[in-house]
Amino acid sequence: MEKKDDSFKIAGRNYKSRLIIGTGKYNSLDINKKAAIASGAEIVTVAVRRVNLSDNDNPKITDYLNPKIYTYMPNTAGCFNAKDALRTLRLAKELGGWNLVKLEVLGDKKTLYPNMIETINAAKILVNEGFKVMAYCTDDPNLAKILEDEGCEAIMPLGSPIGSGLGILNPLNIKIIVEQANIPVILDAGIGSASDAASAMELGCDAVLVNSAIANAKNPIVMAEAMKYAVIAGRKSFLAGRMPVKEYAVASTPSKGRI
Amino acid sequence: MTNSLIKIKVNGDDISINKGLSIFDLIKNFKIQPSKIAVELNGEIIPKSSYNIEIKENNNIEIVHFIGGG
Repeated sequence: MEKKDDSFKIAGRNYKSRLIIGTGKYNSLDINKKAAIASGAEIVTVAVRRVNLSDNDNPKITDYLNPKIYTYMPNTAGCFNAKDALRTLRLAKELGGWNLVKLEVLGDKKTLYPNMIETINAAKILVNEGFKVMAYCTDDPNLAKILEDEGCEAIMPLGSPIGSGLGILNPLNIKIIVEQANIPVILDAGIGSASDAASAMELGCDAVLVNSAIANAKNPIVMAEAMKYAVIAGRKSFLAGRMPVKEYAVASTPSKGRI
Repeated sequence: MTNSLIKIKVNGDDISINKGLSIFDLIKNFKIQPSKIAVELNGEIIPKSSYNIEIKENNNIEIVHFIGGG
């Protein structure tokens, strides 16, 4: 059922692009900016960190990615408990007045898997404070549902560990999460190449978040463009509805009239 | 002269500043644009409209901004 308006709606705004990009790990802010343009992304994630007091003349992300053009989605990367995540996002709100935030509470330094108990606790408080919470989570459908019930704006299940580039390790879980969700599902973490992004969209995800796969590509700007088209292709493929899978060959050419 | 100095912590570093300075003065001294930062004083977020408050001995100040992140 192709709709005429297939815009991505989040936190009361419509976006043409279903690709959200992270802004970490780029060699320079200039490459970051060019990749953002090539990707067509309208939402970017950013982090909150201390100002370097001894060297405050270095270029700022806000000078390259205009917050009036891009929707900034502050994250809580590096937070391992609800308290730190809440502190970070309250500061982010003060920084720019943004309510749309990416909640990410990590549980383990090696895998960077989310601590779901702390994530749910923090989500509850943030929703009460009026934040629009997009929650990074494991691919457990039950936990994703809990986050939805707590009033999150979107759920962001991982495809595989952050920065691993392993793709989507449990497509079945992502599919179940998508099927049961009444809020946007954004595949976050693990995308390694454009085909992974297309797969996520074919599974029915509303959007994907990509950082390392673009920033760590040999040519980030070309990869950003590849991601743009992969997300469009994956979305259209999902909307079109794929053909049924069959065990054996089915000839494409009719046998009637064969000489 | 030493009497007019107070010890404070800014972004984890111990520094000494003149007594009587406000948060706004401190930011100005570090050549930071107030529009691009958020400030926390002893764990409490200070709205931009209150940057005129005076910094006291042993105050713990955090000045943060946005950087790239995933």
